[in-house]
Amino acid sequence: MEWNLDDSRPIWPQIKEKLMKDIVSGKYPKGGAFPTVRDLAEEAKVNRNTMQRALGELENEGLVITNRTAGRTVTTDDDLLAETRKTLAGSSIEKFMEEMEALGFDTEQTIRLIKENIEK
Amino acid sequence: MSERALVECRALTKRYGRKTALDSIDLKLESGKIIGLLGPNGSGKTTLIKLLNGLIQPTSGEMYIDGQKPGIYTKGLVSYLPDKNYFADWMTVEDLFNIFEDFYSDFNRAKASEMCRALGVNELDKIKTMSKGTREKVQLILVMCREAKLYLLDEPIAGVDPAARDYILNMIISNYADDATIVISTHLVSDIEKILDEVIFIKDGHIVRQSAVDDIKEEEGKSIDELFREEFRWIAPTEGGRADVR
Repeated sequence: MEWNLDDSRPIWPQIKEKLMKDIVSGKYPKGGAFPTVRDLAEEAKVNRNTMQRALGELENEGLVITNRTAGRTVTTDDDLLAETRKTLAGSSIEKFMEEMEALGFDTEQTIRLIKENIEK
Repeated sequence: MSERALVECRALTKRYGRKTALDSIDLKLESGKIIGLLGPNGSGKTTLIKLLNGLIQPTSGEMYIDGQKPGIYTKGLVSYLPDKNYFADWMTVEDLFNIFEDFYSDFNRAKASEMCRALGVNELDKIKTMSKGTREKVQLILVMCREAKLYLLDEPIAGVDPAARDYILNMIISNYADDATIVISTHLVSDIEKILDEVIFIKDGHIVRQSAVDDIKEEEGKSIDELFREEFRWIAPTEGGRADVR
């Protein structure tokens, strides 16, 4: 399992984003059990405080729910999942557009290029 | 902040003859953190760790661990990994486990055996027949299988290959209680920076920086490794180009 964390940026937002992706992609299915801080920290090779902070954010946003007895589970809220999917798509597109701009393509040219490439 | 710091040093100074190894440092360490003690060779890392462990006495200043001066009580709280191998090499791993079980009531033997199995260490092997990397693994098993409050690890990854390094870092992050603090001294910053909460930069016996890792990344936009190299390169020219940071 690759986490690909970039040491030059704070670690917890990167972990949060990775876990969001794992949730919308169904690696951790809707309503299913979510791993413990300890297990995730070991998997990502980060310390537990860092992982706790990322999970705390996911809890605040309601993507992950802590039950008093049954540990953590993934939300069952479809709207929230759809919204999260959109947020993640938005940041992917933003990154991509920045790269295209650096290559000298404006928005319209980029969109045209995408269409051309898909039609091929 | 209301909680008492696990470790507190006030104007702590250690001199060896005319050489000042630690120059009046003030330091507080909280519980539940993994802290990197980072500095080039000869900066005072080992001196600080030995003081905290009660192996050497300060020239002046004070230090408290869980509110107590280093002594019998604090030895029960502190688990120390020295920077060298101090075992008689005719001993087997089992012998060492017996000694640790006698000396430390918090030594978890079952866990130690389990870790030996996981790391492929044979408990009946003698220390002298082992490779350097295996010896380091054994030492770390001994240290991490104590249920201590403060772990002081002096260069735990210096002598092992990258694969074993991964093992060891895993051992560190998976084997401590939530309220324990682990201090790791090293100059191999990039290998450990992901597991750290906090870093302390030490230079010529002074603490030049103590901050949360994520704060540094946010403020500086760079890795701890980069910052470390910059911080310690910066002084090099004034000292006649002694830039052997790594």
